[in-house]
Amino acid sequence: MALEQPDFGTVGGPLAVQALDVRKAFRDHAVLRDLSLEMRPSEFVALLGRSGSGKSTFLRVLGALDAEVEGHIRVPRRRAVVFQDPRLMPWLSVLRNVTLGLPQTQETRQRGLATLAEVGLHDRAQAWPRTLSGGEAQRVALARAMVREPQLLLLDEPFGALDALTRIRMHALLKDLYQRHRPAVLLVTHDVDEAILLADRVLVLTEGRISLSAPVEVPAPRSRSDPRFAALRRRLLSELGVDAD
Amino acid sequence: MTPASASLASTASVDALAACEGDLAWEADRSTDPTGLGLVDPRTQGIVPAAASRVPRWLQRLLGPVALIVAWQVLSMAEIFDARTTPGPATVLNTAFVMLGSGELQAHVLASLGRVLHGLAVGVALGVAGALVSGLTRWGENLIDANMEILHAVPNFAFLPVLIAWFGIGEEPKVALISLSVCIAVYINTYSAIRNVDASLVEAARTFGVGRRELITAVILPGALPGFLVGLRLALTAAWLALIFAETINAPAGLGRMMSDAREYFRVDVIFVLLGIYALLGLFSLALARFLEARLLSWRRAFDGA
Ligand SMILES: Nc1ncnc2c1ncn2[C@@H]1O[C@H](COP(=O)(O)OP(=O)(O)OP(=O)(O)O)[C@@H](O)[C@H]1O
Ligand SMILES: [Mg+2]
Repeated sequence: MALEQPDFGTVGGPLAVQALDVRKAFRDHAVLRDLSLEMRPSEFVALLGRSGSGKSTFLRVLGALDAEVEGHIRVPRRRAVVFQDPRLMPWLSVLRNVTLGLPQTQETRQRGLATLAEVGLHDRAQAWPRTLSGGEAQRVALARAMVREPQLLLLDEPFGALDALTRIRMHALLKDLYQRHRPAVLLVTHDVDEAILLADRVLVLTEGRISLSAPVEVPAPRSRSDPRFAALRRRLLSELGVDAD
Repeated sequence: MTPASASLASTASVDALAACEGDLAWEADRSTDPTGLGLVDPRTQGIVPAAASRVPRWLQRLLGPVALIVAWQVLSMAEIFDARTTPGPATVLNTAFVMLGSGELQAHVLASLGRVLHGLAVGVALGVAGALVSGLTRWGENLIDANMEILHAVPNFAFLPVLIAWFGIGEEPKVALISLSVCIAVYINTYSAIRNVDASLVEAARTFGVGRRELITAVILPGALPGFLVGLRLALTAAWLALIFAETINAPAGLGRMMSDAREYFRVDVIFVLLGIYALLGLFSLALARFLEARLLSWRRAFDGA
């Protein structure tokens, strides 16, 4: 039973995230129960869990979007969040969306353009967000997050609304951005393969705590046909209560 | 919807009804449908408006009013309409030219237009200021919003006697009444637009370190602009309506003055001229509002598919 297990979410050394005994309830419905998680700087962690298990709730706590929570929580000052929907301001140009919240200087502008170039949307800088496709809009949301060089990047199912092909491209893009900027990343996802493909460590959230923390020891380039991939996949799925094959 | 697509849509729905009637209709369909599958051309389903025709839209829309005027003229010439109570369009137009020639019409229209513009300026300024204060601050909301709601609940024109008591019977009560109507329309819509700006966007902005100032200028105000423009459009209509009431107070000049004179001397033709003027001014106001919407909300165009 998950509740009796030791804390799988803690690590030693310098930290990018330290959350100890986080407790959160909506009225009498306890969602997070003494959840503990530590992340190293530049660590890429994927968080899996059944629908309604509290992944978004936890991510919102780390993103300072929810202050009504108990426990010891420390996160870096420079954070960025990407949600499942791009949440671009439809009345601001793509570039202005990217530089939102930054001092509006020529230098910021240049940095915004450079980041848009990184996500391949340099030529759409002046476009209205509503003229973008879903995948393009989500790339702008990624650019908006990366432009501020976050120490912690929080991603809540950022590719959930995208088609399978676009998703593959976005995986490559996210990997690329991660390797360039090296923030600590917490990626909430439903997709076990996505988690194994991208993360250094995969967590499963069950009944309000981290019930499993598995390092991904599949050498790059990670392939689904690698037996270690398949083994981890099976393990994660069974932890999620799904019987593989 | 264009007239053409409207008729297509209605035949399509008639088809749909017929198809529901069972095998008989199904067989009948098959005779015109070589596939025998009862398939329809999606372009005839009336969900997407048909492609624009070569005749400009405004010209097409003019068809209705022109038809109405022609019918009116015909009925007048056939003396089905009594010329004393319903003069024909030609007579009305003639009267209008006479009034224009003497400069009388222009002077009165300008007097009324001046009042409306004055009232609009004051009312929009007050309405926007009030909406900003109560939309953006808690204390402002506590102080202003309930009062505005009470003001909104009272029919504006009921304030006329009070305004006369305060300001006398000069220009001030007239402008004040128009301002009041405009202010309420602008306030109600702008305030609720500010309060209803998409919370998920506000939240996203907050996570990106957007400060209070930028939150207001880059997120809340642009987000509330469509609501403000709706308020402005309603305010324009309200202003002309308020003008009619306002000019029932002793007015040396203006459309209301002309109207009461015409009523006194039973000049039905003049009354029709004035109705035409009100219509033109109202239509012009709406065109102005539409123009502003198109200019200020260009980011929405991609969404509306226009
Ligand atoms: N604002 C709220 N008020 C009340 N209950 C809430 C609120 N937000 C979340 N919950 C509840 O908390 C639980 C966890 O929600 P959360 O959104 O964190 O789940 P999740 O793991 O992200 O699920 P999904 O994978 O479907 O996104 C759910 O049972 C949800 O109903
Ligand atoms: Mg969620």
